Amino acid sequence: MIGKGITSLKRLIPWLVGLVALSIVGCGGNDRGPQTTSNPSPAGQSGVATNDEPAFGDMMIRGSIGDASTLLPILASDAASFDITGLIYNGLLKYDKDIRMIGDLAEKWEISEDKLRIRFYLRKDVKWQDGKPFTADDVEFTYKAYVDPKTPTAYATDFLKVKEFHILDPYTFEVTYEKPYAPGLGSWQQSMLPKHLLEGQDITKSPLARHPVGTGPYRFVEWKTGEKIVVEDYADYFEGRPYIDQVITRIIPDPATMFLELKAGRLDSMGLTPLQFRRQTETDWFKQNFAKYRYLSFGYTYLGYNLQDWRFKDKKVRQALTTAINRQSIVDGVVLGLGVVAYSPYNPDTFWYNPKVKKFPYDPEKAKQMLAEAGWVDTDGDGILDKDGRPFEFTILTNEGNSVRKNAATIIQADLKKIGVKANIRVVEWAAFIKNFLNKRKLDACLLGWGIGIEPSQIEIWNSEKIGEKQLNFVHYQNPEVDRLLDLGASTYDPDERKKYYDQFQEIIAEDQPYTFLWVPDALTIINSRFHGIKPEPVGLTYNFIKWYVPKAVQKYHVQP
Amino acid sequence: MAAYILKRILWMIPVLLGITVISFAVMKTAPGDPISLVTDLNPNMNEETIKRLRQHYGLDQPVYVQYFKWLRNMAVLDFGRSFASDNRPVIDKIAERIPITLLISLLSMMVIMAVAIPIGIKSAVEQNSLFDKGTTVFVFLGFAMPTFWLALLLMILFGVKLEWLPISGIRSLNFKDLSFAGQILDVARHLVLPIFVSAFGGLAGMSRYMRSNMLEVVRQDYITTARAKGLDERTVIYKHALRNALLPVITLLGLSIPGLIGGSVIFETIFAIPGMGQLFFQSVMMRDYPTVMGILVIGAVLTLLGNLFADVFYSVADPRIRVSG
Repeated sequence: MIGKGITSLKRLIPWLVGLVALSIVGCGGNDRGPQTTSNPSPAGQSGVATNDEPAFGDMMIRGSIGDASTLLPILASDAASFDITGLIYNGLLKYDKDIRMIGDLAEKWEISEDKLRIRFYLRKDVKWQDGKPFTADDVEFTYKAYVDPKTPTAYATDFLKVKEFHILDPYTFEVTYEKPYAPGLGSWQQSMLPKHLLEGQDITKSPLARHPVGTGPYRFVEWKTGEKIVVEDYADYFEGRPYIDQVITRIIPDPATMFLELKAGRLDSMGLTPLQFRRQTETDWFKQNFAKYRYLSFGYTYLGYNLQDWRFKDKKVRQALTTAINRQSIVDGVVLGLGVVAYSPYNPDTFWYNPKVKKFPYDPEKAKQMLAEAGWVDTDGDGILDKDGRPFEFTILTNEGNSVRKNAATIIQADLKKIGVKANIRVVEWAAFIKNFLNKRKLDACLLGWGIGIEPSQIEIWNSEKIGEKQLNFVHYQNPEVDRLLDLGASTYDPDERKKYYDQFQEIIAEDQPYTFLWVPDALTIINSRFHGIKPEPVGLTYNFIKWYVPKAVQKYHVQP
Repeated sequence: MAAYILKRILWMIPVLLGITVISFAVMKTAPGDPISLVTDLNPNMNEETIKRLRQHYGLDQPVYVQYFKWLRNMAVLDFGRSFASDNRPVIDKIAERIPITLLISLLSMMVIMAVAIPIGIKSAVEQNSLFDKGTTVFVFLGFAMPTFWLALLLMILFGVKLEWLPISGIRSLNFKDLSFAGQILDVARHLVLPIFVSAFGGLAGMSRYMRSNMLEVVRQDYITTARAKGLDERTVIYKHALRNALLPVITLLGLSIPGLIGGSVIFETIFAIPGMGQLFFQSVMMRDYPTVMGILVIGAVLTLLGNLFADVFYSVADPRIRVSG
């Protein structure tokens, strides 16, 4: 079980876990990317050439806070499970290092003139890890499993929009949508399941949940609940055998213990906290033995305003509050500078991000002036602005168990105090927060985070109609122009044309400021420097995992065949 | 005696039922449910998907229907399947975690008894001596020290600095390749720190309990009589006083039976031990109702049985109880 705040981000796009973009923004080039001074140095940099030949062998021991829950990706909803299934299964499509959609199990795909049909051509050289060939029958089975009402999956939504599924030949099939639906393309990245092992069974009781069989670069070996999960190379993998023979994921629930295991040399990689990244791994020993990587994660933290509240109805007020908050000091203070200030709901490293949006830089004097224009002045001299005899005082709600958000709320509170706005902070346990406040819309403002996928459609969060109880537009943002742009974006396949709509959407959102976008945190990873071939790219680190290797001379473990 | 035991066992049925009703009600009162973890604030969710999930887990039915369904299965010892996304039978999830939890609890209980009882006796016999005061400080230090802090300090010392012991987990990664003796040694090495930490924290209770029992007993008339008879002090203490002072410990042991499988979440988390404490904690956090109920029922049964055992053994050990019973 992971801290509540993080999970709310994490569970949104779990199958993208690992596909995290490298940030190219800010903070000195040597800071992002590999940070090693070790010898041999990582591939691509000057190193002893003879020492740097790709070689098969060795194993990687990774630390994970949570155990996987199931290794059938259709049923999983947690990052720990997807970390493992990502090595075992493939989807039809995937993102390449520059976040462009490319074929994985599919060789290519065609979108019809009317944009209603997508035809997929599958690779013919793919075999399941038990030797059976992978065909369009498996895809059809997978699709049917997702839409089957008896399957308790969290990922049916996109597949339910498919109207027809036709197999044309064993390696070709076509899907038809009711109306053009661009986010649907991304849903074909979901892991494909083996029909011959699952057909005619209750999928929730399948033994494959504990002994998965996929098409991926690694095959399952062993799972000891709460202890470790072991996978080993699949020699017949269609993209070639991976260099690293075995990957062991050790489950160590306590981050402090995990860090000690790393220090004792018993782990090869783990995620770091900002404090561990900035301070505890800055010793010579770490610099010699490990390389650190930081890259922007796909998610952001924001302060959302209840737009039905009389104080926040006026966009001038929201703009003023954003201007009054020193966002860079929040990034520096709460995540030790390991992140960037957010200005729009997209990750600044992605294609979709519009850098030209209004930014409202920190300027408390200007903020005061803006509030005065909106009618907020301190008439009674108590230090708090008022309007119509009512003081500007509101409560920022955030969830328990996420100290980063609590700290950010405290900084915001201090910033707002400087301009005469009184903010109170209330921290509530997650389930109660959702049930009693968010769903009932009983809030002034809330400090939360969104996980955002690579897929840019954000209809669920911003559409005017998604304001009902339990729906995600809980700030009650309603703008017909935004609705129109998001609909256009979702029904357009051409990325460049889509980007035009999302660029405009970002400009409107930035102008309206229904949220004060706060920051995009970095994902922080440390990996033993004997692993070579790791090259951070916009999509993240693990996109070329099968090409990572340990030169023969420095291999540490020898896996018995 | 048999009739007494039978009566006690029959009484356990309504008590157990009451416990399940209260547990179920309390659990249901907590905000959130198993699917809200996946569905709350998830842009990939639509109402159709949420409805399906609710139906799958039977959450669309009234609470009392859910309870009676659960009870009906329970009557034939069917614990049901977990609501976590693994959908595994609850009994499997519990069964794979009980051995390690039981092993650690039993070992640490043995360590506690072996250390705390002698400390308690000696402190009582030499009341207010330097030994008494010294051990009092020592056991309360253990009682007051936060487990996680002590554990981390010991890990740094023995795991990172001296490299004598493994830091966490219950066996090495190459466990399979070890000989049988090697495997036992490997597990033993992994258990040294966890057992030390958990025993250190438990010393205070048992040793103070033993001390006060002993103090009470040595003031009794029959001890004075024994001394008056001219018996040497060793015989008086170990033969006459100790046996009587140990009686309440039986009750204490009986009561600690359910604790043996309970485990501790803090302790298991810090040492990365896949035990019952972690399972229970995770299940509660995920609102995995069948697993939570399964663990509670097993715990309740063991508590009731523990009480029964304590009473029965008490009457065996103490003739005075037998007469009135």
